[in-house]
Amino acid sequence: MLDIKNLQVKAEGKQILKGIDLHVDAGEVHAIMGPNGSGKSTLARALSGHPEYEVTAGVVSFEGKDLLDMDPDERAREGVFMAFQYPVEIAGVNNAYFLKAALNAKRKHHGQPELDAMEFMQLIKEKSALLDIDQSMLSRAVNEGFSGGEKKRNEIFQMALLEPKLAILDETDSGLDIDALKLVASGVNAMRGPERAIIVVTHYQRLLDYIVPDYVHVLSGGRIVKSGGKELALELEKKGYGWIETGAQPVGA
Amino acid sequence: MSAMTQVAEKLQPWLAAIDQRPQGGPRWLQDLRDRGAARFSALGFPTVRDEEWRFTNVAPIAAAEFRPTGGDAVHATEDELSGYLYSDAAHRIVIVNGRFVPELSRVQGLKPGVRVGSLAAAVTDQADVVQRYLGQLADFGTKAFTALNTALASDGAFVYIPDGLVVDQPLHLLFVTTASATSGPIMSNVRALIVAGDRSQSRIVETYVGPQGSAYFTNAVTEVFVGEGAVVDHYKVQQESLAAFHIASMQVHAARSSNFSSHSFSLGGKIVRNDVSALLDGEGAECTLNGLYLADGDRLVDNHTAIDHAKAHCPSHEIYKGILGGKARAVFNGKIIVRQDAQKTDAKQTNRALLLSDNASINTKPQLEIFADDVKCTHGAAIGQLDEDAIFYLRARGLTYFEARDMLIHAFAGDILDRVKVEPLRLALEVELYAQLAKDLAEIDAA
Repeated sequence: MLDIKNLQVKAEGKQILKGIDLHVDAGEVHAIMGPNGSGKSTLARALSGHPEYEVTAGVVSFEGKDLLDMDPDERAREGVFMAFQYPVEIAGVNNAYFLKAALNAKRKHHGQPELDAMEFMQLIKEKSALLDIDQSMLSRAVNEGFSGGEKKRNEIFQMALLEPKLAILDETDSGLDIDALKLVASGVNAMRGPERAIIVVTHYQRLLDYIVPDYVHVLSGGRIVKSGGKELALELEKKGYGWIETGAQPVGA
Repeated sequence: MSAMTQVAEKLQPWLAAIDQRPQGGPRWLQDLRDRGAARFSALGFPTVRDEEWRFTNVAPIAAAEFRPTGGDAVHATEDELSGYLYSDAAHRIVIVNGRFVPELSRVQGLKPGVRVGSLAAAVTDQADVVQRYLGQLADFGTKAFTALNTALASDGAFVYIPDGLVVDQPLHLLFVTTASATSGPIMSNVRALIVAGDRSQSRIVETYVGPQGSAYFTNAVTEVFVGEGAVVDHYKVQQESLAAFHIASMQVHAARSSNFSSHSFSLGGKIVRNDVSALLDGEGAECTLNGLYLADGDRLVDNHTAIDHAKAHCPSHEIYKGILGGKARAVFNGKIIVRQDAQKTDAKQTNRALLLSDNASINTKPQLEIFADDVKCTHGAAIGQLDEDAIFYLRARGLTYFEARDMLIHAFAGDILDRVKVEPLRLALEVELYAQLAKDLAEIDAA
């Protein structure tokens, strides 16, 4: 589904990613871990098409198409979804209105009829129970005045509505208490399936207790320095990142 | 010396117009006109050296020659006006080129005691009310345009609501300028006098319009007296021709426990100045001043507001928002005065502007003068372009750049539009505003 080759990315004039290779197939959950500044979030944002992240080399193909050639909105309509580390507050735009516009933009792109208000409300009802989204969150402005937990739940709620082929969770666990974390994780787990791939970007192993990955990759200094199964995350939790970082030099060479 | 001569020369046609000012009527009215005339002659037009006009150069108005209207025959049909009439305004009066037009107005079926009609007629019909209130608030002593209006106005709108009466339907005051085929650009000095009795309740919409593309000058003065415990919800829609000049001043006197709200929508005009001043002159008087303005091209919109907290326990709320494209310029000056006796004042002012192009600009200035010690006053200004993070967030959910941008701009304006309680007016404003925005944005995209 997703094939990344030698991806190099600059942000604010600094080379952050120095050659990432990653292959993700449908049905898989990959965790990307790494210390602060290793480039985890840069990878997530570059894949979503954030304008402040400049791809300087490499190829990313998504379902056989050149992902890097697409605008961010086209990527989204094609089925790439990034749950933001810091969801943006948008004053004056009603959350339900926004969700409907997003959903219909995607449906239109795929030649499906747009949902009317009734059908949309029905869908909302179905999906909101899963993440404990209450009515007031829908009638408020997008993320405005939401607590940290509400913002993250709203991200996963959007993911549930938009049913992406590839979901990238950018430190969705940061700032969540254990109850909110479980809620978010169960929302994500409900989305797991043979058609969908999920990339979980996280600093901590904690989230991976609830969203159990098939593969774990460790990023350091802009490169993937180690890949393994879910047990790699546990090892990192025990030993910390220092162990990887010191070993990182020869791997990159 | 030569600059002085130039100014004097420019003033000459205006002074000649003033010499031809309307005559007749009661003695007090003639006195009022004379005083207005004398003050205008003494003041002349303001220049950018005047603090109140620092960013707004009215030289293009002073240099143009406008023929004062008043006595002209009026040609306007209901069809021509249909776009400006709101369906649930059961009651309306129409002023064309400064003259009340009874055929186009609809004042039947009002509750007993309510008067809505021609100001000129009211000078005779409602002599004591008009004499007691007209010219009492409008500051022709220091404001040149108000002085000009005071000298030249011959008609306008008169609204009187007796004590304790609730007027359910909005009253619509429509001020129209029609194209002058024969005799060059015209100037309408129009006036509105609104007297809301104690404990009365009313909703008033003032609309200023003219044929698109034509150059003319509207010089409007509105005085509003809000009685004790009265509620007045006022809307002003400035939708003049994009080549027209619009200078307007509204002055409000709010008595004890009254509630006055103003919603100002400024969509048209080449040079526009809106002054709104409210004197909170009784304990517990509440005042809301909201505004939304839109300008593009090389147009200029200047909003000056002043809320004078003269008594204790008065809350005031103010939000002004602007959307500027092209090389448009805007000015916002929000004055809040808290007098020594005005303890427990709670004043909040917000001013925001969205610049759609690099060449658009705004000068904004909150001006707080506080003489009491137990008060709460806050003000905030935010000027800027669209939030790039918000645009990216919306795009990351599948909306195109254009959809995302439009959604954010509509949200920005919607915040003010949503406060309009006259539903057909809100819808009409939405249509007009979004059509103008769509045009501006299409130009930006084409560039």
